[in-house]
Amino acid sequence: MAELLTKFPRRRTVLLASLLAVGMTATACSAPGEDRSSTQKSDAAVKTELGTDPITLEMYAETGFPLAKALADEFSKQHSNVKFNIREDQFTVIVENAPRVMASDNSPDIIRLPTMVDLVKDDLLKNLDPYFTAYGWDKFPASQLMQLRVGENTRGTGSLYGMGLGYSVTGVFYNKKLASQIGMTQPPATVAEFEELLAKAKTGGVQPIMQFNKNTAGINFPHQALQNQFGDPTQVADWIFQKPGATFDTPAALKATQTIQKWAQAGYFTKDANALDYAGMVGEFQKGNGLFMFNGDWESANLDKSMPGNVGFFLFPTESPGGKHVAMSAPNTFGVSAKAKNPDAAAYFLNWVHTNAKAREISVTVGGSSPGGPSDLPVPSAAPNTVLAETLKASQQLGTENGAVDFTANATGGIFAAAITPEMQKLIAGQQTPEGYVKAVQAEYQKELSR
Amino acid sequence: MTSALGSAPTGRDDRRARPTPTRAHPFPWARAAGTGWLYVLPALVMYAVFVLRPLVLTLQYSLYDWNGIGVARWVGLDNYLTVFTDSDLLKIIGNAMVLIVFFSFIPVALGLLVASMVRRITTGAFGTVVRTILFLPQVIPLVAAGIAWSWLLSSNGLVNQALRAVGLGGVARAWLGDFDTALPAVGVIGAWVLLGLCTILLVTGMSKIDPALYEAARLDGAGPVREFLAVTLPSLRQEIGVCLTVTIIAALASFDIVYISTSGGPGLQTTVPGLEIYRLAFSQRQVGLASALAVVLMLLVLACVLPIQRLSRGEKP
Repeated sequence: MAELLTKFPRRRTVLLASLLAVGMTATACSAPGEDRSSTQKSDAAVKTELGTDPITLEMYAETGFPLAKALADEFSKQHSNVKFNIREDQFTVIVENAPRVMASDNSPDIIRLPTMVDLVKDDLLKNLDPYFTAYGWDKFPASQLMQLRVGENTRGTGSLYGMGLGYSVTGVFYNKKLASQIGMTQPPATVAEFEELLAKAKTGGVQPIMQFNKNTAGINFPHQALQNQFGDPTQVADWIFQKPGATFDTPAALKATQTIQKWAQAGYFTKDANALDYAGMVGEFQKGNGLFMFNGDWESANLDKSMPGNVGFFLFPTESPGGKHVAMSAPNTFGVSAKAKNPDAAAYFLNWVHTNAKAREISVTVGGSSPGGPSDLPVPSAAPNTVLAETLKASQQLGTENGAVDFTANATGGIFAAAITPEMQKLIAGQQTPEGYVKAVQAEYQKELSR
Repeated sequence: MTSALGSAPTGRDDRRARPTPTRAHPFPWARAAGTGWLYVLPALVMYAVFVLRPLVLTLQYSLYDWNGIGVARWVGLDNYLTVFTDSDLLKIIGNAMVLIVFFSFIPVALGLLVASMVRRITTGAFGTVVRTILFLPQVIPLVAAGIAWSWLLSSNGLVNQALRAVGLGGVARAWLGDFDTALPAVGVIGAWVLLGLCTILLVTGMSKIDPALYEAARLDGAGPVREFLAVTLPSLRQEIGVCLTVTIIAALASFDIVYISTSGGPGLQTTVPGLEIYRLAFSQRQVGLASALAVVLMLLVLACVLPIQRLSRGEKP
């Protein structure tokens, strides 16, 4: 190796240079990337019939969430000419792969999606407006599909680009045994009551909150829950949807950050939160090592299995008594690739997921989340005395109160990894001030939007 | 690796001493100028396609603002300007420099110590066992090492259990999640992985030292320390050079261990260039900036490694 690196005789250097030159001319004559200027017509005719020809739908789904496969299996059972070819990856991997996979010649028909704005900009996602009209999705509550609309550089309005395989709701899971141990008889009605319970748990030797904050900031869950309550949630939604002029630097966000700092200093999070990942958090909670866990209904079925009868759920309480509940709630978004070979069949499947009775039941029992769909269809019920039944009820309550907002982590493609996660880790370790936190998040947001 | 180093000079000498061929060449057609190139062509093509082309493409991408899919925008050297002015990116490069201490200096220093201790037992079954144990961390995939160490270093892991058992519970903490200890903790994992490699290389190097040198030193009245400084260390110059080269590259280009054990956190405390390049390119979709950082990283590696190569070659004893 010593010889190789330093003894580069002139001839070999010349050769290397010429090879580099050849490489240069072969690859570097034009700018990378291609112009995929819009070729989609949103008024193109679409078919709402499945037909009888054999079809194989290519699906790209998320590992660890069995709902997509369960729905695909049931669909094939009902429609014998349709087969699914399912590829699964972890969500973060899908986020990283989605653009390239969708730009390739083997683009999947149906794909679990991360944030959509960039994909729409690059013209990789199929505009679902024609199907919206053809299938009459206007009978769905408008708020259900709002997060799936993308307009001119903003989300929340514009054309429809995705549908949910289940619509998730988030809140607080609690360990019933530990709750009664500290004298909690019913879920807290206000933020102040919630904080009292945290203090009681701490003095009673019970770990108040089990929350992960490693690779991605799990403490952003309680942070946004507080932020939703301390101000107008529309402000939060506007920021997530990239409405012009929206900012993270608000009194509500600051107060939420100060509260998180206070909780961290009081020891309400575990000391090793920055070294605890999602799986570790769920494991510790299941073992009974924490009173509260901020999480979503996708864990309901799992928790019913691992700690039957010992786990409850409530929507994060309101700031003042009788206020409006607000919770992060998002569709488990699936879209149709612009290069899909069977877009009509893919849309047929998405419509079936929302309207078929058996499919709706699977959404609840396997996915643990509300199936969405037209408001006049009944929501399948879950077994009584399960946390699944509680999260379903919470989801309906949130729908009635119209309190669903998206996750701040979804505001831009990089905001979670580049700002929220590292800054939140600093905040709870006392390396960042609340003022510094909101400014840093907003700075990264502006940096990304300016690109 | 060592055997190649050892035999290279001999090969050169042979060539020089070879007499002019007197009988006909067995393959006359092979004597034509450039025919030799035909033999290396397959390898050369692979090298060009999988090493040179990506290298050139990276250089090209680094001059654009590109998200990996859409149309790229020419920005000249702007990405490089960002690399050298963004305080986060500078901190990340600084982290890699700190890791050199752990990945490189510590394994080489400890390796020298261990190697001189096990030098005498390198033969026989026991020697094989010792070598295997020392080399084991090098065989284990880095991802597995990262997972195992993050268990050991977790708040209820073996390390903290041991500390509590001896009454040092006050020191116990989540080593990989603490702002002050995360980077050194990652460094310890790297040192553990690379110590075996260094030791084996150094032991092999020591076994090639002429025993007469030690005898002479001893006759001159040298003790073990003097013996080490006067005989062992100078004779190992090349092996130490190789160790430093390999480990410094491992430190600057580290990814696996960091990705698994801390994901770069807490904050940016353990983020290294390799991890940031990956994040920028695939999660933040800034292919241009990622490429610029990659080019800077490559230059940094060369800047660190080339002087070592020169020094370790030096004038041969």
